[in-house]
Parts: sequence; C-alpha cells; structure tokens
Amino acid sequence: MMDLKDKLLSSFLAFENTVDLDHPVHEVRSEAIKNFEIKGFPSKKEEAWKYTSLNNLQKVDFSIFPKRESALEYKDVKKYFIHDIDTYKIVFVDGVYSSYLSETTHDGVDVCLMSSAFSKPMFRQVIDVYFNKVASKDESLTTLNTAFSKEGAYIYIPKNKMPKKPIQILHLATGNEAALMLQPRNLIVAEENAEVQIIERHQSLTENEVFTNSVTEIFAAKDAHVDYYKVQNDADTASLVDNTYISQKNNSVVKVHTFSFGGKLTRNNLNFYQNGERIDSTLKGVTILGEKQHVDHHTLVHHAQPNCESHQDYKGIFGEKSTGVFNGKIIVDKIAQKTNAFQQNNNILLSDKASINTKPQLEIFADDVKCSHGCTIGQLDDDALFYLRSRGIPKKEATALMMYAFANNVLESVRIPELKARINKIIANKLGVRVGFEL
Amino acid sequence: MLEIKDLHASVEDKKILNGINLQVNPGEVHAIMGPNGSGKSTLASVIAGKEDFEIKKGNISLDGEDLEELSPEERAHKGIFLSFQYPVEIPGVSVTNFIKTAINESRKARGLEDMPANQMLKLIREKSELLEIDRKFLSRSLNEGFSGGEKKRNEIFQMAMMEPKLAILDETDSGLDIDALRIVANGVNKLRGKDNAIIVITHYQRLLEYIVPDFVHVLHEGKIVKSGPKELALKLEEKGYDWIKQETVV
Repeated sequence: MMDLKDKLLSSFLAFENTVDLDHPVHEVRSEAIKNFEIKGFPSKKEEAWKYTSLNNLQKVDFSIFPKRESALEYKDVKKYFIHDIDTYKIVFVDGVYSSYLSETTHDGVDVCLMSSAFSKPMFRQVIDVYFNKVASKDESLTTLNTAFSKEGAYIYIPKNKMPKKPIQILHLATGNEAALMLQPRNLIVAEENAEVQIIERHQSLTENEVFTNSVTEIFAAKDAHVDYYKVQNDADTASLVDNTYISQKNNSVVKVHTFSFGGKLTRNNLNFYQNGERIDSTLKGVTILGEKQHVDHHTLVHHAQPNCESHQDYKGIFGEKSTGVFNGKIIVDKIAQKTNAFQQNNNILLSDKASINTKPQLEIFADDVKCSHGCTIGQLDDDALFYLRSRGIPKKEATALMMYAFANNVLESVRIPELKARINKIIANKLGVRVGFEL
Repeated sequence: MLEIKDLHASVEDKKILNGINLQVNPGEVHAIMGPNGSGKSTLASVIAGKEDFEIKKGNISLDGEDLEELSPEERAHKGIFLSFQYPVEIPGVSVTNFIKTAINESRKARGLEDMPANQMLKLIREKSELLEIDRKFLSRSLNEGFSGGEKKRNEIFQMAMMEPKLAILDETDSGLDIDALRIVANGVNKLRGKDNAIIVITHYQRLLEYIVPDFVHVLHEGKIVKSGPKELALKLEEKGYDWIKQETVV
C-alpha cells in the first residue's frame, strides 16, 4: 500500500481534472502541493507536534475523492443540528454539498459554497482579495488543504450587514467509504461593521475511519463582530485537524469557542493575527475527554499593533486514558504598546492514566504591555465533593456539578442560548447525569 | 435517635476517637465542648460520613440503622446535616442553585418529585428572611469571597431549608460577631422541635447562652470524659479545661 503522502501527491493530478486550471486560484494550489511535497506530514520531532502523532493516520488507506452525495434524511441527522432555532445551513455529506439538507442565501449576504465562489465571476473579486491571504503558506497540513481546496462554506457579509439568523456548517460522513479523508475549505469575510454568528460541526455517522484536514480563513474588517463556535463531539474513529486563521482590523471583535468532547484525535490550530488597533480577540475552550481520546489545542495570538486585547480561557477535564495538550503562544511586536493579553489554562485529571501537557509561550518585544498567563493541573477537590455530598447530592451528580462549575465561565459567554443548552446537554450525557444544572 | 457506641476512629493510622459513647434523643440539644485537638470536628465528620476517617471499632446508628456503610449523601437523605466549621468555596455554583439541587436530590432519594419552582422560591424567601440574608447574596457563588460570618449564616440557611432530623453545628459561632450570633442562634432555635435533635460543637460557652443545651459533654483525647447539665458549660468557661484534664488523670 502506498503511504498517505504519496497517495495524496499522485491524487493531485486527478484532482486537477476536476477544477478550472485557468483560474488564478489554481496557481495557489500548485504552489501549495509543492510545499506539501517537500514538507510532508508533520512528525513528532517537530516541537509543535511533540505530543500529537499522525503516524497511525498515515497508515490508513483513505479514499481521497468523495463519491456522490448519499441520501440522508433530515430526521436521521436532525440531532446534529441546533434545530430549535432557525438558522442558515451549509451541509456537506462525505465532502459533497447537500442542497437537500442546506439552506443558503444571497439576500443581502452570501451564505453559500466555495465551489460557487471559485467558479462564478461575481465572487471573483472577493476570492482575489481574501482567499489564502491569512492561511499559512508553509505549514504542511494547511498547504495540503490549500492544494485540494475546492469545496466548503463561503460566507460574505457586506458592510453594515448582519444575516437574519446564525449559520451552521455541518460536515457529515456516512461511512460509504471504508476510510475517508476530507479537506473542507471555508472562507468567511465580515466587512466593515458587519456581524455574523457561525456554528461548525464535523460528524461521522458510522464507525468507519474519517480523517478531516480543515482550513478556515476568517476576515473581520473594521468594527466587525464574528462569533464562531466549534462543536467537536465526533465518533471515536474520527480524527480532525482544524486549522483556523483569523485576520482582524481596527475595533473588530472575534470570539472563537471550541467545545471538544469527542473524536479519536483532534488538533486545533487556532491563529489570530491582529492587523489594526483596539482589536478584541477571544479564544475559549472546554475539553472533556474519556477513553483514549486526544485533543491538542495550539493557539497563536499575534499582537502587531498598539492598544489591542486578547482573552484566552481553556478548561480541560481528562478521564480514563485520555490525553490533552495546550500550547498557547502570544507574540507582542515592538510597536504593539498597551497590549492586554490574558491566558488561562486550567485542567482537572480524573484518572491516574490521563495526562495533559500545557505550555504558555510568550514572546514580548514591547515594554508597556499587560500580559498574564496561568496554567493549573489538579484533581477534583475532595473537601468540596464531601461538602456537596453532605447536602444530599450524590457523588456522580456532585462531581458533574463541580465540572460544570469549572467550565462555567467559558459556557457563560456563549451568546446563542439554544447552543448553550445543547452544550450543557452534551456535557450532561458525557458525565451520565440528568440535565438540570443551571449555574 | 442517634446512638454512638464505643466509637474508635483513625485517620491515616492516627487514632483520634478512642471510645465515644453518646445517646441523643428526639427533642434534645447536646453540646460537645473540649480543647483544641480533642476530636470534636472528627466526631462531626465521622457522623456525616467523611471517607478520610476509618472506623476501627464500635458503631454509629440513626433510628436503629447502622450508618457505617452509608455514603454522605445517603446520610443526608436520612436527615443528618453538618454545618461545616470551614464551608468550602465552590466558584461557579450559585447559593440558590446549590440549595435547589440539594433539596431536589434529597426528594428524589425519597421517591418525591422535584419541589415546584414557586414553592421553592417561597421557601427560599422565608428562610433567607429568617436569617436576615440579602437577596443578592443568594445569586453569588457558593461561599466564594464570603466573610466568615456570611459563610456560617449561609450554613444555617441551608439547614433551615433542609429541615434535618439531626443537625450538627461544628464551631458555628467562630467568626460571628454578637449580632450575627443572635441571628444564627435564632435560626437554629426555630428548628428545635420534639422530633429533631441538635448537636452543638463549640469551644466557648458564648453560643450556649443563645442555644441552650439539655446536656453538655466534655471531649478530651477522643473520649467523653464528663457529661452534665447546662451549668457544666459555665463551669468550663470559668475554670478552663485544665481541671477536667487533672480530674481525668486522677
């Protein structure tokens, strides 16, 4: 069997038959595949991948090209949507757009597909200005995605606009293939004073292996507000590398919440680039793992201009043999005076066999800044547990209550109540308790 | 109601209780006094079911049922309540939601439905007024940033909400000024009735002026060395614990 890198490289030729080779984007793809050919998959020898190995994934015989859309009924996948509120939906089944399950719009805003944006002249200018402009041009998995970029969500919110409702991006894998590799590519642009809320989820519906290498670029112009929620609660045969790149201009506010409760291996590379003043960037996460699950959060906030803020708060709870990584890098350039950068990473280990590696990485070149960071690793406080139990709250519920409380300051900043309720329900299911804790 | 027979308990092989005998009947208030390190708080924790302590010998029973095998929550469901000497701070859980969860879990254990929200609200209002607790206080995180007095008042508020059969007050008077002491004692006295009992653990006689006990026991080196009527507390206040220790030695 060919290894995955060789298979991808040889598949690129076949891929080229399916796209417009005269489009300027194709030059970008060709450059990207060259980079991937040189670099290959990251190995554990690289500092950034010390605790997360992709070796096993490279041994799987993944199908690179998804087959045609499979027939899925809405009722069968309803539970993976936030269905109790009205939303726009961009749904992919085995990597192929499902018009049947989706609800897109061009009413004042564009909520549609990358394949349309690549092929239709009306989107050409936006693609020219934004596509692959913030995504890394040398990180190997990002360039791999760029090389195969063809489909994904395209969201464009013009100046002063706001979509009527939140947008959900859902990637479903049916298991039609024994093993499937997916490479969605999303582009989100919020122009001046625009606002948008997005919920993204990857979900495998069977026990067949899935490997998703996703890239999302987000541009927030002056005064724009972007709320992005990632719900990661996938099957235990699904692995995800999520590469998200965010570029912000003056006074913009971008918040990314990452909820990681499932999947076999999840790597989140979340990168914020502040290219303006008075910018606010928020990165929050709750990770609750069990079994042999693995989640690796690598964050980067690059403060390149004065008077900006960043707020990071990641909470992790690790049970059984699960493993976690948090690596939070903050760069403050010399001219970025009056930066306020905060970083917190708190972890609870529930078992002797669970582990977390946490590392703050601060590179500060300005002298008038406030930067704070703190990481903790602990166990559930026995005295607190006894206190709750002595009031009649059973051990399981008392433990769950303490975990909710631990994660609460991340949950309380979720601005879509129905999403917050759903996250609470997933946590309750995960902990095996009845829902009903409103903290 | 509560019967303790020849109770020996240890923590990490260190013997702390050395043969306690105590009988508490419905309607009674017992005070347990004694110098620091005599085992008062250990006794309270052992009754409430703290797992750090190991019962080496003897037994504790409530209404004839042996408690040793019961978890702390099961003991709470049977009506045991411990007011903590050092209530634990739990950030992120509000006082109101904590007490709601506690009451409904106890109801569930007794096969009852959740208490209707309006009834719960009424009860919370009534009991918080009894203890002169500000409404704003109830939405704060449990014990987080509370003063010593606020923590103790919050303990007695919880006790008033849960209406236990047997309440154990562990050093509830410490950290209270005289006004707070009066309010707390008033709250405790409201609970006194012919069907329930209270054990007051204290270092000083002061609290016993407000919560008047039927019996006073002196604990020394993990044993009750003297028991008597309420006047015993006054004598201890006047003479200190030394005369008891000497008497014990003699």
